[in-house]
Amino acid sequence: MTDDYEHYEAVVVGAGPGGAAAAVQLANNGVETLVLERGVESGSKNVSGGLIYAEESAPYTIDGLFPEFRAAASERPVTNYYLHNVAGERVKTFDVTPLHEHDTEWSDAVLRRKMDSWLEQRVHEETRETGGGLLTGVRVNGLLREGGEIVGVTCDELEPITADLIVAADGVNSELARDAGLMDWEEPDEWFQGVKAVVDMPAGAVEERFDIDEDEGVAHLFSGDLFEGARGGGFLYTNESTLSIGTVFHLDSIVDESVEPQQLLDRLLTHPLLAQWLGDDYTELEYGAKLVPDSKKVANPSPHRGRLLLVGDAAGQMQAQGPIIKGMNHAVTAGALAAEAFVEARSRGDPTDAGERYEHKLESEGVMAKLRPRRYELAATLGENDTVTSITDSLLQSPLGRIGVRAADKLGVLDWGYTSPFLAMMMPDTRTPYVTMPRVIAEELGTRVTDESTVEPPALDERIGDLTYDVDDPHIELVDESYEASGAAVTACPVSAEDFGGGCYRAETIQTNGSTERVVSLDTQPCVECGTCAVVAETDWDHPPGGKGVEFKQG
Amino acid sequence: MHSVVLTKGVPDFREGQVSFDEDGHLERGDTPTVMNPNDKFALRAALQTKVRHGGRVSLASMGPPGYKEILQEGMRDVYADDLYLLSDREMGAADTWATAMTLATGIDQFEEEPDLLFAGFKTADGETGHTGPQTAWCLDWPTITHVVAFEVDETERTIRAKRLVEGDVSEIETVEAPLPAFVVTDPEFEASYRTARERLRYKDFRAETQERAAAYEDHLTVWDHEDLNLDPDYIGLDGSPTIVAGVDPIPKAPSEREATMVDPDEMDPVFEELQPFAGAD
Ligand SMILES: Cc1cc2nc3c(=O)[nH]c(=O)nc-3n(C[C@H](O)[C@H](O)[C@H](O)COP(=O)(O)OP(=O)(O)OC[C@H]3O[C@@H](n4cnc5c(N)ncnc54)[C@H](O)[C@@H]3O)c2cc1C
Ligand code: SF4
Repeated sequence: MTDDYEHYEAVVVGAGPGGAAAAVQLANNGVETLVLERGVESGSKNVSGGLIYAEESAPYTIDGLFPEFRAAASERPVTNYYLHNVAGERVKTFDVTPLHEHDTEWSDAVLRRKMDSWLEQRVHEETRETGGGLLTGVRVNGLLREGGEIVGVTCDELEPITADLIVAADGVNSELARDAGLMDWEEPDEWFQGVKAVVDMPAGAVEERFDIDEDEGVAHLFSGDLFEGARGGGFLYTNESTLSIGTVFHLDSIVDESVEPQQLLDRLLTHPLLAQWLGDDYTELEYGAKLVPDSKKVANPSPHRGRLLLVGDAAGQMQAQGPIIKGMNHAVTAGALAAEAFVEARSRGDPTDAGERYEHKLESEGVMAKLRPRRYELAATLGENDTVTSITDSLLQSPLGRIGVRAADKLGVLDWGYTSPFLAMMMPDTRTPYVTMPRVIAEELGTRVTDESTVEPPALDERIGDLTYDVDDPHIELVDESYEASGAAVTACPVSAEDFGGGCYRAETIQTNGSTERVVSLDTQPCVECGTCAVVAETDWDHPPGGKGVEFKQG
Repeated sequence: MHSVVLTKGVPDFREGQVSFDEDGHLERGDTPTVMNPNDKFALRAALQTKVRHGGRVSLASMGPPGYKEILQEGMRDVYADDLYLLSDREMGAADTWATAMTLATGIDQFEEEPDLLFAGFKTADGETGHTGPQTAWCLDWPTITHVVAFEVDETERTIRAKRLVEGDVSEIETVEAPLPAFVVTDPEFEASYRTARERLRYKDFRAETQERAAAYEDHLTVWDHEDLNLDPDYIGLDGSPTIVAGVDPIPKAPSEREATMVDPDEMDPVFEELQPFAGAD
């Protein structure tokens, strides 16, 4: 029956860094490859921080696969990296450039619309040579099966397509990974939520305000008490003529603390420390958000089923190495390894063996060791429980702990600690490293920032209003509208807020037979497709059809 | 499959382009001329035919030399393999009938007989919608109007089309005609590509045509009455059985139009009157 369908040797779903790497590597080996991307253009659906790394130890890098990449598609190389510990207006800054440079060949700031749309052109050219090509505006909505076996994909816009290899590079909210039962959307503590603003800078201001040359760039990270106790931190990266400023928090802590993500971003934007860089004329070009997987918890060690191979965020391959976030580089590596595995399997006459080979390569190339470090698993069992957290927290805050912090600083231990990749890998996901420790350090060692911020970030309705949407039928269905089941989305959704009627989620109190009930309603019109409510609410969550929904211009 | 698409230029009625005088009448001199927007649906229909069946799309128009740019616009914004402009002074001031005669002769002139002739539904400057059907009549081809979707059967040499009955979106009928045929697309027409291979081909063609449009004159053939072997007495003003007695200036976009029903029987004498002019063959 599936014989009547169109067939390609390989179908790659999603044209982010993972899909692009897989596709170009397949094409380079003469595999007829079709790439399907749901955005109007690649990048139009994507949000990242983002610093893309080329690791010395990685078997593949983006510029290895796309030689012109750095000149054509990225913004600036990151030459300096700082970490700011914040307690109120007191700040203690560490230069963490050594941590950033560890195992780093280079690292550039990127904006995803520009980066991915450039990759799209290259990938289309290369794959077209094989008889395939890249199509945008096509959403894959599921796996095609025959006799229980995965044989292809089904799409909103096209007839079903069969393939010998299906690469799911469809990102953090991968519908294919879930269709195959390889990933789920159950636990908030397995995810981060990233929220970001792209801020316009007047000509020459990036160089002047950050004291850098045209071919230099800076990264700043922020942690401490400026985020109401939520576990996570903020970032600021310099682009060519804009800044990327955002926050990444553990999703469970956003839910537990009932904090509004856009307000946390505003706390960062309006902190006096940022005044020197933002100046008096704050112009926000774009607001965006996306879930980020925590590889330590979700990276699937066996990310394949039959002909289906998962790469990048779809497989949970997103590494938070302490404050440094590495997702794009791992997506690139995994994409190319998946392609390599298929090419080898095919040449040995058994393309169905690609999955096993891919799994083996993720291990032997050291990818899994970075994604799920054993050291972390050990440290987590020791340190990630409430008792340990509250003991370390109260110790740190006690006079003794504070003396310890000062002594550690004198001995240079703090500098060492913050620049140690070894420690970064095993940093526990507790309040201690994100909130308590940075706050105590800033209180004990920090200096007061005297600048005053004049930044007035746009209100949520303005942020929503500035985005471009091609609205379609609702793509998310609220399955349980009770506040207990889905109420967390009212605050956690980055385009919703308590007391704000223009967002996606709203809480209402209704009267039924004399009793009152709190319920939640959903309007997907301003949805930025971040995926948060798939985890924190009871929903039936799909992406909108190809070309529909939100369109990011910056990413 | 060889498809020929007929087009003409109209004033650009878009906000910011169009200019009206104090009395609210169109100022043609200050208003740029663009390809009749409805003709783009016809061109998309021709492109769909090429994507699905291969072949070639020719875009043709009759008009002043400036219409070259209208042809370029069609090539750039939609698609064309080659462009044909039927243009000379003798063809000027033609009514719809003489225009149809000239266009039909032009279509006869193609080395490879077209399989499909496409036109858009009426022009935006309030024209009658006669030229297309009259051209088909001159060629003696079947005509299907208000087409919203269609399929071509190459072996049977037929076209099956879905059309709006009376131009009404609530009533759709399917009709079949032998090729060659004349198709008038409705503004509701939407090209449909349901396989990846079709979409990839479409993408290739769009890229090619944009490149071609940058040097469109290399793909343009201009025919005058001598090239078409047309007697000046049968074309242009001299060949026009109807004379434009007076021109009402085009008023600023009327919010509603009124249509008067015509009893078809009453039209017979008019057709008889026009009959001698059709005796070209
Ligand atoms: C705020 C924030 C900051 C971050 N900072 C960094 C950073 O500094 N450095 C870093 O390396 N990483 C960072 N990340 C993580 C990084 O963005 C991801 O790890 C990376 O983008 C994963 O790449 P991918 O190719 O797997 O998926 P994506 O880049 O998400 O690409 C998936 C593609 O698939 C498409 N798609 C999805 N579903 C379908 C479908 N059904 N049909 C067709 N197409 C589909 C999407 O439109 C998209 O183009 C950050 C993330 C966020 C949110
Ligand atoms: S509705 Fe859900 S997916 Fe959309 S922005 Fe809100 S939380 Fe994200």
